[in-house]
Amino acid sequence: MRNLYFLAVGILFGITMFKSEAASWFRIYEMFQFDAFHMYGIIGSALVLGVVFTQILKRGKYASIFGSPLQFEDKNKSIARYLIGGSIFGLGWALAGACPGPLFTLLGAGFLPILVVIIAATFGTFVYGLIQDKLPH
Amino acid sequence: MELLLDPWPWYIGGPMIALVLFLLLIGGKTFGMSSNLRTLCTLCGANKSAAFFDFDWKKQQWNLLVALGTIIGGYLAAHFLAQDTAVAISSQTIDKLKDLGIDSAGAAYMPTELFDLNHLMNLKTIAILAVGGFLIGFGTRYAGGCTSGHAITGLSNLQLPSLIAVIGFFIGGLLMNHFILPYIL
Repeated sequence: MRNLYFLAVGILFGITMFKSEAASWFRIYEMFQFDAFHMYGIIGSALVLGVVFTQILKRGKYASIFGSPLQFEDKNKSIARYLIGGSIFGLGWALAGACPGPLFTLLGAGFLPILVVIIAATFGTFVYGLIQDKLPH
Repeated sequence: MELLLDPWPWYIGGPMIALVLFLLLIGGKTFGMSSNLRTLCTLCGANKSAAFFDFDWKKQQWNLLVALGTIIGGYLAAHFLAQDTAVAISSQTIDKLKDLGIDSAGAAYMPTELFDLNHLMNLKTIAILAVGGFLIGFGTRYAGGCTSGHAITGLSNLQLPSLIAVIGFFIGGLLMNHFILPYIL
């Protein structure tokens, strides 16, 4: 039941990424050119509703549908890792035109060259894990 | 039916992403797709190389299922929920991309110059995809999250670190888009 639930949420997310065109390289290029409102509308409206949902759930004493407590993660305080790491991700996002969610969507949609991006991204994560201690955090 | 088959406008796509966040939160989890890349490393045996990968991957099994669902969702959307998948980007963007040699702009879902199997033997294409992927994987883990973890989940939880990360996403993205892509496409 739990497994099916998370699989179903993923299916909903995959359909959303494809149909909203957030998984399209072209939409990411257009966003960084400030040529259209589309991507800003998607992220902005997701965020407005996301803030409302999160703050309501956080303030009430709700349990999850599986009985466990809800999770709200406080991110560790730092500037360097978010600014440098974020910029590195941004370079890749604008180059390959996909963030991690759409990587999976595009694989399912049949754009097989995305496998190169997925394998390279997994390798990039591996290299981060290797040299993590030497990086400013 | 038309609504389902046509591309979704932003005011449907955005709220649907918020719904995904909501469903994960009430499922007792958080939303973060790039964490799956770390789990993939562990599954490939990276826990023997670095402590970062030495964790109980079964605790992330739910997230792998979300990723698997995302693959299935992409398949369903592309094969059963779409008729014309050409992305109607703005005419200025189409002109700019055609100037850079991306002739599929406005006529395809992904640039065929980069995402068509026939072009995959081209060294430049492979380099763009591989370098892009590497930066995505390295950067998201360094920053502790990607668009879903920081821009959606973190900002919704009013986390200052997520705001700094999103500013970073745009610094890197604008740099690549305006100052590097024109020279390499």
